[in-house]
Order: sequence, then structure tokens, then C-alpha cells
Amino acid sequence: MRLLAFLPLALFAAMAIYFAMGLREDPSVLPSQLVDEALPDFDLPPIEGYQLGLSDDDLHGEVSLVNYFGSWCPPCLIEHPMLMQISRSGVVPIYGIDWKDEPGAGARWLERHGNPYVRIGDDQSGRLAIEFGLTGAPETFVVDREGRVRYRHIGIITEEDWEETLRPLVLDLQSQ
Amino acid sequence: MTRFQTFIISLIAALVITMPVLAAPGPDETLEDPQLEARAMELYGQLRCVVCQSQAIGYSDAPLAGDMRFVVRERLLAGDSDAEVLDYMQDRYGDYVLMMPPLQANTIFLWALPFLLLLVGGAIAFAYVRRQSAQMETAFSAEEDAQIEALMREEGRE
Repeated sequence: MRLLAFLPLALFAAMAIYFAMGLREDPSVLPSQLVDEALPDFDLPPIEGYQLGLSDDDLHGEVSLVNYFGSWCPPCLIEHPMLMQISRSGVVPIYGIDWKDEPGAGARWLERHGNPYVRIGDDQSGRLAIEFGLTGAPETFVVDREGRVRYRHIGIITEEDWEETLRPLVLDLQSQ
Repeated sequence: MTRFQTFIISLIAALVITMPVLAAPGPDETLEDPQLEARAMELYGQLRCVVCQSQAIGYSDAPLAGDMRFVVRERLLAGDSDAEVLDYMQDRYGDYVLMMPPLQANTIFLWALPFLLLLVGGAIAFAYVRRQSAQMETAFSAEEDAQIEALMREEGRE
């Protein structure tokens, strides 16, 4: 009976530890349902002033990054120099999807800040973003040769993310 | 009317007038078929906005929530059942998109915890009450019994 008196305290301690563990996780990082799945079928038109759009067929045959961005998205601007750096390094081609932008806004933004993308698709309605399970911009998907998504990065790609996570993964996929 | 009353009435009027504007799904989002519209409204309440996280898409003004409502209507118009619409979203956004977590291996503790706590609490309360009543029955010594009897006799005399 005396031991039983400590039961509520023990229960509380167990729950407190469990919840404290939960607090350490970043709630905005949701697991992607697309990882190890084929890309959704899509065929996006080019953004205004560009010749090439983007379809899932363009993403077969070579390891690539698919980056969701928008000219209205401040974190995308912060990420932009890193994408330019990756593009210049020639390690992996980056494909862009312009998300819910006004016509012409994406093109003007790229003209001002540089274009790191091989091809850019225009997801003006945001319909395709739902197929990607997008939770915000920027988001970047690592796609393997077979057109399967192997990794999703939520938020800005920092130098550290690139060097420690994305670059090794890309090199590994390229060597397979 | 006092100034205060006028103030309260105009405040209520302002709230009532702006209410349709505050409700998230816009007027251009209504489905023509009232039955489908009712099902859509129901589903808006069951799907979580993945940007705002604690809100259902029916109460969120986030552009992504608007896009998710669009997909719900699109699926309903394509003839999906309510369960198929929820599956469609779950396939793309995972369990998290459902406001009501599904009952499965990794959520069993979540679902069972309230019942477990009720059982444990009930058992403790039951044990406590039983011990109290057992103590009551044997609580008085012979000496105390005599005292009680004496007191009761005293009461009876009055």
C-alpha cells in the first residue's frame, strides 16, 4: 500500500520524460510519404519568359535535386546563394518548381538573384504541391536515376545541410 | 440608450457583419450540390492544415489550406467517398494530416491511456474507500462503545 502511494508520482515522471522527449522534436519537420516512392506524374509549363517546363520524365536517368521555391518566400531568398553554389559546383543538376507565384514574378526574381535551375516548372495553382506532400517553401527532394524520391529536405539548405547530408547522399546515389 | 449600450450593440453588429468574411472557405469555394457541399464542410474539419498544424483546413486562411480544400472538392466531384478523400490526403501527407489519429500500433498507447488512467484511478479509489469502511467497522474499542452509549442515553433523556 505504501508503494502504491508513489504510483502517481512514478506515472507523472514517466509521462514527463516522454513529453520532454517530444518537445525536442521539430514539429514542422513531418515525415514525407514520398520517400522511396516514384515521383508523381506531372507536366508543368515553363514560367513566363522561359522555354523549358518540367515533367517527371525530365527527372529520369540522372540523380537530381527538385527545389520548390517562390519569389514571395523570404526563406527561399536566404537559401538562394546556396543553390547557386551547388549549381556552380556541377555536382548535381537542380530543377526548380515555382510555387503559387504571380505570372512573371518568378522570372523577375531569378533575373535579379541568378538562376541555379536547369529547368523550371510553373505550379501556379499549387495543385502539384499537394501530390508532393509539400508543407511549405523551400523544400528540396533528392531524386535518384529511376525517378524515385530518396530524401526530402524541409526548409533552407544550409552549407552544413549540403556538406553533411545532401552532398554525401547525392554522391552515394551517383555511384550506385 | 446609454453610450455603453450603443457601444455593445455596434460591436455585436460589427462581428455579425464580418462573420462571413472571417470564416475561411471563401464564397467561390462552394460546391453547387448542397449534399456534396455538406460532405466537403465535414471533411474540412477532419483534415489538418500542414502549415498551421493545430488547425483544421476548414478554419485556416493559409494558402496551402485553401489548396487542400480545393483537392477535397476535386475528389468529391470525381466521385470519391469520404473515406477515399481522407485516404488520398493520408497517402500524401501521412497520418499527421488527419485531425483524429488513426487507431494503429504506434498510437495504441495514445488511445488506451485515458482508459488505463481511469482503471488505475478507479482501483486506487476503490481500495481507499474499502479500507476506510473496514476501519470504520472496527474503529471503536469497548471503552469507546461504552462512551457512545452513555452519550446516547444522555441525548434520550432530553
